[in-house]
Amino acid sequence: MSAPRSLSVPARYLSREEARAVADRVLGFATADETRVNISSGGRGNTRFAVNQISTAGDNYDATVSIRSVIGKRSGTVTTNKLDEESLRRAVRTAEQLARLAPEDPEAMPELGAQRYEADNAWSDSTATLSPTARAAAVQSIAAPSRTAELISTGYLEHQAGSDTVANSRGLFAYGRNTGAVLTTTIRTPDGTGSGWAGGVANDWSRIDAAALGARALEKAKRSQNPVAIEPGRYTVVLEPTAVGNLVQLLSRAFSARSADEGRSFFSKAGGGTKIGERVLDPRVTLVSDPHDERAPTNTFTGDGMPVTRTTWVENGVVKTLAYDRYWAEQKNVEPTQAGGSFIMSGGDASLEELIASTERGILVTRFWYIRPVDPRTILYTGLTRDGTFLIENGKVTRAVKNLRFNESPVFMLNNLEGLGRPERVSASESGGVGQGVVVPPIKVRDFNFTSLSDAI
Amino acid sequence: MASSRRDFLRSSTALALGAGIAGRASAQGLSVPHWPSASAVPSAVDPHAKELALRALDAARSAGAQYADVRITAGRTQNIFTRERRVAGINDRETFGFGVRTLVDGAWGFAASSDVTAEEVTRVARQAVEQARANRAAQLRPVTLAPTEPVPNGVWRAPARIDPFDVDLQDKAELLLAANEAALGVKGARFVNSSMFFLRDEKTYANTEGSVITQTIYRAQPSMTVTAVSSDMADFQSRQSTDIQPMGRGYEHVLDAKLVETAPRWADEAVQKLSAKSVDVGRYDLVLHPTHLWLTIHEAIAHPTELDRAYGYEANYAGTSFVSPPEEMLGKFRYGPEFMNVQGDRSQEGSLAACGWDDDGVKPDTFLIIKNGVVNDYQTTREQALWLDWWYKQQNRPVRSHGCSYAQSWADVQFQRMPNVSLLPGEQDIGWDDIIAATDRGIAIIGDGSFSIDQQRYNAQFGGQLFYEIKGGKIVGMLKDVAYQIRTPEFWNAMDMLGGEKSYELGGAFGDGKGQPAQSNSVSHGCVPTRHRQINIINTGRTA
Repeated sequence: MSAPRSLSVPARYLSREEARAVADRVLGFATADETRVNISSGGRGNTRFAVNQISTAGDNYDATVSIRSVIGKRSGTVTTNKLDEESLRRAVRTAEQLARLAPEDPEAMPELGAQRYEADNAWSDSTATLSPTARAAAVQSIAAPSRTAELISTGYLEHQAGSDTVANSRGLFAYGRNTGAVLTTTIRTPDGTGSGWAGGVANDWSRIDAAALGARALEKAKRSQNPVAIEPGRYTVVLEPTAVGNLVQLLSRAFSARSADEGRSFFSKAGGGTKIGERVLDPRVTLVSDPHDERAPTNTFTGDGMPVTRTTWVENGVVKTLAYDRYWAEQKNVEPTQAGGSFIMSGGDASLEELIASTERGILVTRFWYIRPVDPRTILYTGLTRDGTFLIENGKVTRAVKNLRFNESPVFMLNNLEGLGRPERVSASESGGVGQGVVVPPIKVRDFNFTSLSDAI
Repeated sequence: MASSRRDFLRSSTALALGAGIAGRASAQGLSVPHWPSASAVPSAVDPHAKELALRALDAARSAGAQYADVRITAGRTQNIFTRERRVAGINDRETFGFGVRTLVDGAWGFAASSDVTAEEVTRVARQAVEQARANRAAQLRPVTLAPTEPVPNGVWRAPARIDPFDVDLQDKAELLLAANEAALGVKGARFVNSSMFFLRDEKTYANTEGSVITQTIYRAQPSMTVTAVSSDMADFQSRQSTDIQPMGRGYEHVLDAKLVETAPRWADEAVQKLSAKSVDVGRYDLVLHPTHLWLTIHEAIAHPTELDRAYGYEANYAGTSFVSPPEEMLGKFRYGPEFMNVQGDRSQEGSLAACGWDDDGVKPDTFLIIKNGVVNDYQTTREQALWLDWWYKQQNRPVRSHGCSYAQSWADVQFQRMPNVSLLPGEQDIGWDDIIAATDRGIAIIGDGSFSIDQQRYNAQFGGQLFYEIKGGKIVGMLKDVAYQIRTPEFWNAMDMLGGEKSYELGGAFGDGKGQPAQSNSVSHGCVPTRHRQINIINTGRTA
């Protein structure tokens, strides 16, 4: 019997022409002073596995149209996923009604006119065409060796492919296609005393080696068995790239220039103003967003149609700029900048092994978990190590240690740098979604603040 | 895990404004218009929806599914957010779509689409069957479902007196701006953010066992954050409106919140925090208010008693559980003192998890998770109830699901999510003031703040909104930089006082996260004030 023709349509999304037709239709119905249309469409597929077999999976398709109507200084936004003519007409009418009812916004900014955008490179066919059968095969390349080794594998594979469009009544039109794929796995020992994690993320699925990730998590699971307790306190740590990504990405959430000017941010200067121009991190640290970085390419426009280009946030430890929305940029007479897109940290030449080898006594961390803000004044967060935490003694990983809770800030951490390795893209979202593109090196840091022990494996 | 309401609102705002790929796939972030007239509303409860649902089930069965269910959902949300004297955004969102789940030889399949047409439901049903076949690869344990009664014509509606989507936008915006003005009238209150969030889901569920169920869910939350900045710009402190919790109600919840009347108190408390004393580290007796304690219950009782976690199914993200294996826990493990009883339910009036039937088509029951301080049960779905049949038989209880199946949207597959998990009141008729009066040296905490817990739910750290020092049975001043660190079993076993029925309140969250892709569940936690002896307090203040 031949296999049935696949019913899956993983690469379904609105093409540039289809998106333009929807945008033109919406703008044709509009009677407001200004109208903006954001269209997002695409498919997403996933396969989960637990206890060495597939547990659930899902494939879905959706397309949404968001309409922002502006009347004078008033505006309203309506979003719908019904794209037929009548529904779009009704959505435009409703957005205009909301705009009429809304209070005037003293900070209202006019829509942008037509812009020039750099070409993007965020699409991969290998991600867009991945089938449930291929996903199951990837899962098997982890679950089968895990079962053979009498270990318990669990994990998640997700891929998405779609397009984003922005158009407005002043002639602006932006369109981009993008894909993302992520695979993460946690392998545990049957006695519950060991757990190891590995994960990979890319725009291009073919860059992710499922079997290699499985082998890495498997090895960590074995090595992490029967961890010993150590005293909480300040330790030298070697952080694998994922652990670095977990913490460094938090900096970008504190980049609001307005909050800094208002005195409610780490980036506020005592006495008023911002820390732009001040050195706040180790001189080896440079932080940028770059839509063209081949490790984490993104769209080259924002939701309001602003072009996205390379932005340097911190250069050699000095704050170069913060995130200015268009209103605040106008108030402060600077060019607008937007946080988001990818987040990339500079690195060094060391390998992870070299960072370990140079450490007399320290802790090697695979990843962090349940990271939540504690004090915005210092960007202080708390969270815990997880799925592979080891003691380093005399340049060697000697044994597994129990997990630890930290209360620490990426600001303090990036001032206590002892060494940096080569940057790579990491799955930095706790939930294992594709998330923001985060590219960071492994690092070695002194005086990392662990405040308590956890019995969790 | 719970992301806070603030996080939730922030992320839904970000999705509304962004055009990134991360937002696209989350149907929770998709959205819903405010239709001008009721007759124009696309409804999931109309006869057409039922017809499409039955068509999907037929297609799944014909393609080889032994079991299938379908959900068609019309969802609407509205989000209004302000800062100081300006409305910063108004977003109305609509999402309409369906998802088909199939069981083929004991393997699940699921597919979903926003094209709600006869051709598409047939295609998607077949797609779900084909995917289930692929998912049989190297199957070890086929899925079986605990029995449940078919519900041929179920109808349920949340107790909303005023549909938020019928209330004038102007009234909502004016109310928020008036509350902001009241807060800014307090000397030292520099910034105020306020918002309202509303949701209505109309859901048609049908399965191949003959159930057809329509339900209407409402959720509402008004909220406010006031920030005070010191005159030298060297410090800032915020107070969030945690005494107003999200509820499964309509616009009446916003009116009952009395935002304008309460805002000056929140503002005043934010200002007071600037001059509060930084806490001395050490061990203190903690007196916890229900507006704070609900979150500790969520993290340290509700999550570890999810049965899928206990069996390792969530190990890759949400984690496993220290309440495991069930064979060594049920009827044996002492979670807390004899007077500690914790209930699971989906029936408390106005609670966020309330429903008539879950997403397995099961009528939820009320059950004791912890009985007289000992683990007595776990949260279950139809797939999971059979895993505990030995325990239920031993207890002479029926082997049935507790009705904990839930999916956040039509685009996501349902799985085990927590019901309302509540700490039941004690027998003594005492409240907050009585517990403080009985405490010699302690700290009272009001409102939920920072929170973090490990993947097995042992080690947790919680902050709060307001902290007060207790000496000799009296509150003697405000503290700041306070967080407590606990090991879960010790924390509950250190509980020595429990408020009575009159001090019971419902807290809760919209952003209870679990699963991959991460799904958001909404859940309430009822509780009374409690006291816990000699808990470890750390100081979170550092200087940059």
